[in-house]
Amino acid sequence: MLEVTNLHARVVDAEDGEILKGLNLTVKSGEIHAIMGPNGSGKSTFANVLAGRPDYEVTEGDIKLDGESILETPPNERAHKGIFLAFQYPAEIPGVRPWQFMKAALDSRNEAHGEKKLSVREFSKLFDSKVAEVKINPDLMKRSLNEGFSGGEKKRNEMLQLAILEPRLAVLDETDSGLDVDAMGIVANAVNALRSPERSFIIVTHYVRLLHHITPDIVHVLADGRLVETGGPELAEEVEREGYKRFLSGQEAEPAPAGA
Amino acid sequence: MTTSSKQPQKISRNTDLSDQEYRWGFVTDVDADMAPKGLSEDVVRFISARKSEPEWLLEWRLKAYRHWLTLQASDAEPKWAKVKYPPIDYQDMFYYSAPKRAEDAPQSLDEVDPELLEAFEKLGVPLHEREKLAGVAVDAVFDSVSVATTFAAKLEELGIIFCSFSEAVKNHPDLVRKHLGSVVPYTDNFFATLNSAVFSDGSFAYVPPGVRCPIELMTYFRINTEGSGQFERTLIIADKGAFVSYLEGCTAPIRRTSQLHAAVVELVALDDSEIKYSTVQNWFPGTKEGVGGVYNFVTKRGRADRAAKISWTQVETGSAITWKYPSVILRGDNSVGEFYSVALTNNYQQADTGTKMIHIGKNTKSTIVAKGISAGHGQNTYRGQVKIMPGAENATNHTQCDSLLIGDKCGAHTVPYIEVQNPTARLEHEASTSKVSDDQLFYLMQRGISDEEAHHMIITGWSRDVIKELPFEFAMEASQLLKVSLEGAVG
Amino acid sequence: MTTAAAPSPTIASYARDFDELKKSRGGDASPLLASLRERAWSEFERLGFPTTRRGNELWKYTDLRRLDSEAFTRVSADSIGDITAETIRERSPWSDDWHTAVVIDGQFVSALSRNLSVEGLSISELVQSAADDGQSVDLALGKLAVIEGNPFVALNTALFESGVLICVADGAEIERPVHVLNLFTDGADNRAFYPRTLLQAGANSNVTVIESFVSLGAGPQLVAPVFEIALGSGSHVRHCRVQLENDRSVHLGTTRVDLPANSEFNSTTFATGPAIGRNDVHTRLSGEGAACTLHGLYITNGSSHQDNEISTTHEKPHGTSHQYYKGILAGKSRAVFSGKVLVKPGAMKTVAQQKDLNLLLSRGVEIDTKPSLEIYADDVKCAHGATAGHVDPNMLFYLLSRGVSHHEAAKMLIIGFASEIVDEFEPAPLREYLYRKLEQIVPELESEGIL
Repeated sequence: MLEVTNLHARVVDAEDGEILKGLNLTVKSGEIHAIMGPNGSGKSTFANVLAGRPDYEVTEGDIKLDGESILETPPNERAHKGIFLAFQYPAEIPGVRPWQFMKAALDSRNEAHGEKKLSVREFSKLFDSKVAEVKINPDLMKRSLNEGFSGGEKKRNEMLQLAILEPRLAVLDETDSGLDVDAMGIVANAVNALRSPERSFIIVTHYVRLLHHITPDIVHVLADGRLVETGGPELAEEVEREGYKRFLSGQEAEPAPAGA
Repeated sequence: MTTSSKQPQKISRNTDLSDQEYRWGFVTDVDADMAPKGLSEDVVRFISARKSEPEWLLEWRLKAYRHWLTLQASDAEPKWAKVKYPPIDYQDMFYYSAPKRAEDAPQSLDEVDPELLEAFEKLGVPLHEREKLAGVAVDAVFDSVSVATTFAAKLEELGIIFCSFSEAVKNHPDLVRKHLGSVVPYTDNFFATLNSAVFSDGSFAYVPPGVRCPIELMTYFRINTEGSGQFERTLIIADKGAFVSYLEGCTAPIRRTSQLHAAVVELVALDDSEIKYSTVQNWFPGTKEGVGGVYNFVTKRGRADRAAKISWTQVETGSAITWKYPSVILRGDNSVGEFYSVALTNNYQQADTGTKMIHIGKNTKSTIVAKGISAGHGQNTYRGQVKIMPGAENATNHTQCDSLLIGDKCGAHTVPYIEVQNPTARLEHEASTSKVSDDQLFYLMQRGISDEEAHHMIITGWSRDVIKELPFEFAMEASQLLKVSLEGAVG
Repeated sequence: MTTAAAPSPTIASYARDFDELKKSRGGDASPLLASLRERAWSEFERLGFPTTRRGNELWKYTDLRRLDSEAFTRVSADSIGDITAETIRERSPWSDDWHTAVVIDGQFVSALSRNLSVEGLSISELVQSAADDGQSVDLALGKLAVIEGNPFVALNTALFESGVLICVADGAEIERPVHVLNLFTDGADNRAFYPRTLLQAGANSNVTVIESFVSLGAGPQLVAPVFEIALGSGSHVRHCRVQLENDRSVHLGTTRVDLPANSEFNSTTFATGPAIGRNDVHTRLSGEGAACTLHGLYITNGSSHQDNEISTTHEKPHGTSHQYYKGILAGKSRAVFSGKVLVKPGAMKTVAQQKDLNLLLSRGVEIDTKPSLEIYADDVKCAHGATAGHVDPNMLFYLLSRGVSHHEAAKMLIIGFASEIVDEFEPAPLREYLYRKLEQIVPELESEGIL
């Protein structure tokens, strides 16, 4: 489904060098990948580059979705193709209501796919049921998008959107950061509920704890802009026991082949 | 151009996104009864005579005209605003044109010239859709003459007067005489003086003591005749403890030449009363290349007596030039003034708009929320004055004005004048200017929303604090107008 | 901009000064300076004194009609009294460590000045320097303080007799501050002074300049100084301006600063005293990545009037600027803050902030604040704010409840309000001097019993 080859990327107009330095990754339908790495390794950059954030430019390599390069595809069309990014820091947008936002998002995708838009009533039903499902406080839905939401509420709101949009590839960018145990459970439930043979996940995280709730098929360690090791859930356990030291000192080592 | 107009909120129902031109432009072919071109004492007399005005009003007009001559001689056309335009030739313009049938003013809608009715339909003023009109009484000013006022009977029961200015002069001369010029004297400024001399018609409303006007009063203005100026005069009086909400909408057909619009609006809010005045201004903004368009030089001011409240809300998307500062003189103790504004300039539009809050009474309170959006080559200036006079104990003001820039050819400017002469006053002014946030845009686009729609959502959301002050129908129209006016500005 | 209605009756007196100065000098040794002065005089004649008449936005709130009826005359070089080093130490901010140029009644006095030259720094008399080594001074002088349209720059340029030139070499880090001390003696009434200073800071240099104005007498005087500051690219200049003149004086100061690429200019002003004071500062960020802070405190009392005309122009990308002024108004005084930030087309990624906060202590004061933004580039972040209000009763009560006397509590709050600005003054002896001044000034504020 997703094929990333030799991906190099940097911040647009930045004087500093590349953040991603030849990242290779293949994700098949139905797989859950975890990408772990220390701070500054390029985890968030990778998540954002997948979604097409204009702040980054790809200097080398390619990202293919179903065999087609999406490098030139604007972010909204990537979303139509089924890529969803759960943001580490979701933007606050004054005056825009979550309901209105999700309706517009779903409408635009349906339109792009030549499908019928949901009526207001149909959508409201869907929205309300998802609100109940992710146990987000309905009062928040009357406010402006993410404005005045706590860190946990913002993450929950990301899970609500994930549940409504039902993407084919969901990228969770440090969704677990700053969450308490309950909220972690919500995130895990949302992901586990959506697990299906047609849907893939990339969970980007610094910590192992979220992976106790969501069992990944494949675990990668990202260090200095490359995936330096790939393994099963046991790799996450190793990171939990020993930290990232081994990977940082072993940067000279050949990057392990990506994918499974 | 569709002509069906089923609901009042469909005033601007033209939503075809592929067409980025001004959509309210069509010329109605109605025979106009025009004064000779140019301005002279004779023309002032002509206007007054056509309207069979009493002597005192003619005298007042003439005083204004003579004063205007001195202003013109001393080159007193205001130059401080941040707007540029070629000199206006005041002799190359018509000052009066009435639709021909206006002599025998229509008594009911049935008598209104069908062509006019059709014009209103095109404008989306649903005069004949009475049952659908629930909540809106419309006084339509077409090329300066008031055509029809709906719901007059219902209002009459409550003692509310809502009619054209000319009718008010005929039927309620004492009220008009008492209040005309009491808030905006004929000497006020160049354009108000001009208006005082040549105003043709406008709206008049009076709400008696303790009465809450149950429906929104609405006037729709339209300039039609080529080369004509439009000079309406609006006077609204809320008597003690009364409440009224008044709506004003504007459109003009596409003309290659610029048209002058110099209106005056006076609000008188007596003790404990409240006037809410909402405007959606969508005069022809000129072509994309900046040709033509309306020069909108408008003086709007209200006087709030003891514990009275005046609230101005405006959404300004039209006109080549907008020059207006709806103001409140907070004369009475505990009076309240509010100003909520969204002004948008695209292509070559220029707006210099804001408010004045003059605090005279004790415990007076004012709130200003101004949002400016600049795109294309548009220039948008917030200019506002908050003045606390020495006697205004414990006066408070809060001002928030924010600007958004879309593209690198436009400008956004903020010029507040804060003048405080009483140490017990508390004032806060905050302002910010930026472009639409990249983070916000990316967030929306990541969910599949297009660049243009994401911009629109963010801008409408950002303007929400102002738009929510509008009555529902107007809020819908305003949001739609923002979208239409910004087409082509993004991407 | 400034169009004089009728020529002011006092202009003739300034014309006499101009003619006398020309005669006494027998013409400037530098021909460029001589022609600059001629141009300046004719511009002043054309402009006259500004009026508050409608449309004259720059002078909307400051009435200078006093200058029409009351002439101030230039004093000649020999009128300098017998000022001793002791007097100076007592009456002004002073440290023996500083590089100090002493200017008395507009005359550079080398005998009283100290440490004028160290490696990388030279301080000299400006007119003489222009004569000695024409080129660099001539070329820089009047370049930033543009005569056209500005009557007081024109007047100063036409009439300054002596000035201070500060040159900092490329890459020089001047450790101790340079102090330009302008002292005005206790002499005849209605004297006029035109201090002129030019600072040329070399590329990547670093220097602190203190500019102070102190009157020793109580008589009316006119001080119309001009300070031009030309930064080199990558240089860093800190500027502390201390304005302590008597309450019958008129101070009309002009500061013009050019910031080329990656330069940084930090200015802090302390202004109190004059009957009419105006601090006209314009900084121009002409290179990429320049940074500028303009901070100030103004304290007005009695019937004094202080006008802060503070403007910043962003011409190139990645500039940052910060205007932050605070005012304390008492008695029947009036203050003006007229701040402007202009972002020109193409000055992308500009970050500009502007703020003016005012504490109003008595009935009869007036603050006119006008923080304005004029922005022609879209990728910017600009914000401004202004407030005006009384001493916060909650804070006052809090202090009272802890047993502090009312007077002491109010004084603490007022000095506390001022301290945010005063704390920025460097070096420490200057800051301490200003705190001592505050301790004197604040209890004297006419505050209707707040104090």
